[in-house]
Amino acid sequence: MTRRLPFLVAAAAAFCFLLGITPGWVHQPAAVTAFGRLPVLSEGRFKPLDSVARSTLLVIKGSQTIVLPGKEPTVLTPDQWLLDVMFAPEKADAYKVFYIDDPDLIALVGKSEANLSIHYHSFNEIAPHIAEIEAQEKLAEPVGAQARNHFQSSVVQLYGNLSHYLRLRRAVVPDGSKDFLGELIHLQENLVEGVDAVRAKEEGKPHDEAKAAALMEEGQKFVGMSESTDLLAIPPDEGDDPNAWHNAGHALLETFGKGEVNPAVFAYAGMAYAWRGNQTESFEHILGLYQASLAKHFPRQVEKARIETVFNAAQPFYAGMWMYLGAFLFAALSWIRWPEPARLSAVGLVGVGWVVTTVGIATRMWLEGRPPVTNLYSSALFIGWGSVALCLVLEVIYKNAIGTAAAGMIGFATLIIAHHLAMAGDTLEMMRAVLDSNFWLGTHVVVVATGYASTYLSGALAIIYILRGIFTRTLDKATADSLARMVYGIVCFATLFSFVGTVLGGIWADQSWGRFWGWDPKENGALIIVIWNALILHARWAGMVRQRGLMCLAVFGNIVTSWSYFGTNMLGVGLHSYGFTQAAFWWLTAFVASQLAIIALANLPLDKWRSFRPGPA
Amino acid sequence: MNEIFRQARAFLVSLRLTVFLLALSIVLIFWATLAQVDLGVWGVQHRFFHAFVVSASVGGLQVPVFPGGYAIGGLLLANLLAGHIYRFKMGWRKTGIWIAHAGLILLLLGELVSGLVQKDYQMRLDEGETKNYAESGRLFELAVIDATDPKFDDVVAIPDSLLAHGTVVQSPKLPFRVVPKEYNANSAIQMRSQAPGAAPSLATVGMGTMVAVTPLDPTYKEDERNMPSAFVELAGPDGTLGTWLVSPLLGNPQKFDFAGRTWKLVMRPTRIYQPYSLTLEKFSHDVYPGTDIPKNFSSRVRINPPGGEPGREVLIYMNNPLRYAGLTYYQQSFDNNATILEVVRNPSWLAPYIACGAITLGLVIQFMIHLVGFARRRRA
Repeated sequence: MTRRLPFLVAAAAAFCFLLGITPGWVHQPAAVTAFGRLPVLSEGRFKPLDSVARSTLLVIKGSQTIVLPGKEPTVLTPDQWLLDVMFAPEKADAYKVFYIDDPDLIALVGKSEANLSIHYHSFNEIAPHIAEIEAQEKLAEPVGAQARNHFQSSVVQLYGNLSHYLRLRRAVVPDGSKDFLGELIHLQENLVEGVDAVRAKEEGKPHDEAKAAALMEEGQKFVGMSESTDLLAIPPDEGDDPNAWHNAGHALLETFGKGEVNPAVFAYAGMAYAWRGNQTESFEHILGLYQASLAKHFPRQVEKARIETVFNAAQPFYAGMWMYLGAFLFAALSWIRWPEPARLSAVGLVGVGWVVTTVGIATRMWLEGRPPVTNLYSSALFIGWGSVALCLVLEVIYKNAIGTAAAGMIGFATLIIAHHLAMAGDTLEMMRAVLDSNFWLGTHVVVVATGYASTYLSGALAIIYILRGIFTRTLDKATADSLARMVYGIVCFATLFSFVGTVLGGIWADQSWGRFWGWDPKENGALIIVIWNALILHARWAGMVRQRGLMCLAVFGNIVTSWSYFGTNMLGVGLHSYGFTQAAFWWLTAFVASQLAIIALANLPLDKWRSFRPGPA
Repeated sequence: MNEIFRQARAFLVSLRLTVFLLALSIVLIFWATLAQVDLGVWGVQHRFFHAFVVSASVGGLQVPVFPGGYAIGGLLLANLLAGHIYRFKMGWRKTGIWIAHAGLILLLLGELVSGLVQKDYQMRLDEGETKNYAESGRLFELAVIDATDPKFDDVVAIPDSLLAHGTVVQSPKLPFRVVPKEYNANSAIQMRSQAPGAAPSLATVGMGTMVAVTPLDPTYKEDERNMPSAFVELAGPDGTLGTWLVSPLLGNPQKFDFAGRTWKLVMRPTRIYQPYSLTLEKFSHDVYPGTDIPKNFSSRVRINPPGGEPGREVLIYMNNPLRYAGLTYYQQSFDNNATILEVVRNPSWLAPYIACGAITLGLVIQFMIHLVGFARRRRA
């Protein structure tokens, strides 16, 4: 049994992951899944509606699913939620999807003292207070993002979320329209006469005033629609620029010139009608027709959208996170009981986790057409991935579960960080012009991230040394020496990569801004990491530190790296200031405190270390 | 004597000094990075990196509290050189270390030189506009222009640092002396009619008699700019011509006649003139569809060499600057349809490339030596 355990563990992990990809596993009808795969142009890139739904929910609610209360609570998938938002808003407006955690803001949306701990609110609950929210937002908005207090940033955030929601709600069906399909059919039928009437009116000839007025009113409505959404869901006509997608309102305004209602808008209106009326068959039928026409004219976008939906459903990084956690527990177990079976199980889990995240990162790269690191989110993914790869190499060399434990620790930590960074919105966002260089993104950013990854790895190994040495009897001389060699080797590796990466950054800066070095906070952060690694090496060469000192310095490297990686973004100055969150500041402080505590522990006299204490073995 | 020398040498060569200096440099960089929030990147360079000591204000007095960039960098350089001379032994196993540290020396020297001589300017061009000068983003000058001949201007430019120090300027090209009376590094102006309570102006002629000046604290923010103002008296051989207010806030030059010539007086961003000129043919700017995220921007520029030689057209865009006649032009930003180019003169731009190449090579060699040794030992 114990010999088979590693295979069983790895197989179980792989099975769980594959289950996520299989279409039958997702609890939603096939037609809803198919709707989620429709490509649209949003935030500058083509993506499936499924991604629109998921990233919107992550931004406004902080999670991707909605549980509807009731006798039997039902779970709404992101696609189902989006369908209700777009086609049945009176239902969607009642879903409690707006996350608010500021007590003052909760009070502002009309909650009494006793209910200030209710964090999720529906649009219906908030709607009566929109004017006040808008007024407060106007007051808070001019304050710089860094200087806002919690209430101010919450109100700015809520206002943004509300308008995000409304832009989605108005994406294809105008506000308050109960039967949009009927209106469009009516428009189509009366179009010729209506246009004639308007023309005659403009030329001052006799005309049917009612028809002209009705058509003008339609036109006004479409103008309103075209201004109230940023979801470009309607594909261009054949022969037009294939990237020039428009929103529904814009496409409808062309009706008057072209003499017919845009068929894609018709399709969406038809789907809306069927969805509201619970007519599953006609929903599937209209969707099928629209899909077929898209697949004919935009095969590439349709295929990309399909792959992205599969990628969304698989959640490779979420799956990998749990695998790494499991691996860490197995590795730790291997030092206490069942050394080989537990260690190999851990290696198996890390291996599966690493393959899964590799596939995930590769898919992201393919979707974006970019190197792996393009923003803070992807840097967390990549740092985790690189660390785990290094750890696997260490494990192959030393076979003592240390590499695996470190892999589990760093893999889990980086993926949980990435998970939280994803709350900021679409993680496949477009690159600003200044960063738009695949060559430099591929070299500078990747090499710097590898340097960060290896610095964290040396810190993680040092933590294992200290904690095992103090709290367990398992750190014998051979293990201690091999850990010291690992840390030393990884610090050398980290020095090389962080230096080369920083230099490549300097060259990029010289190419694009005219200075090799500008003392920008992020540059300084990278430089500090290089110097810190160099300091560790020189301190060791000078004999100023031995094993224990080396470990303490390596743990401090975690603090240095975290400050450079996140802390510099929090200053809010410089070219690299992106992705700041207030919560991140407290997490960073807590992390620094924990690392200092570990360093303090390491300075306990050696006879307090259980591993080094003389006595019965 | 010999003993002292030996001890000093041992100190200078020691690795302990290296570690100590590295630690100091980390503290310095960390501190300076935090200080950027208040001081801005230029202020920080001036106070922390391009300085021998970092001073802090203690009870209104500037007291040196920490070694600055020059001190730490200089000591590191001495430490490195001493190490090269006395400690490093040539030999295969140390080749990497030797090359890397030689590169490091070059890097430190290169940064020192570029800190001293690098200059940056900006050039703003509207479509179709031609300019033969770039302007400083931070420094200003007082231009005294002899505009008698309509065909060309004869300019005497006085850096505003001279005005700030109150230095009286006399030039053989000028029939009067320029006597600074008052200088504000940053200021705001408004019409006197809207500021009834303002103190009387020092100015006796020109625009300055009509506006009131309010001194402001200098700003270090990246998106703000100091707007200096100064009162200058022009003193002729037979007495004063009057006192003028000069400031870039005033816009157009102020005109007056003296000694049979027509003069213009203006405070403007410091200019650097070139023998050639650039014409902006076309500026292009795209955003991602449905967003306002800039996707790219580029300037098609024509270079007009001196003497009417045929020019050529170049495209300047992100990550693709124009290097011409010792200057480098980068696409920095834009303002409607005007392009803003960053213009940099940095004669030592090549040094970091060579230095970093050497250090990287050295580190890679050393890493490989260790790796091969490690692999051999494991196999054994």
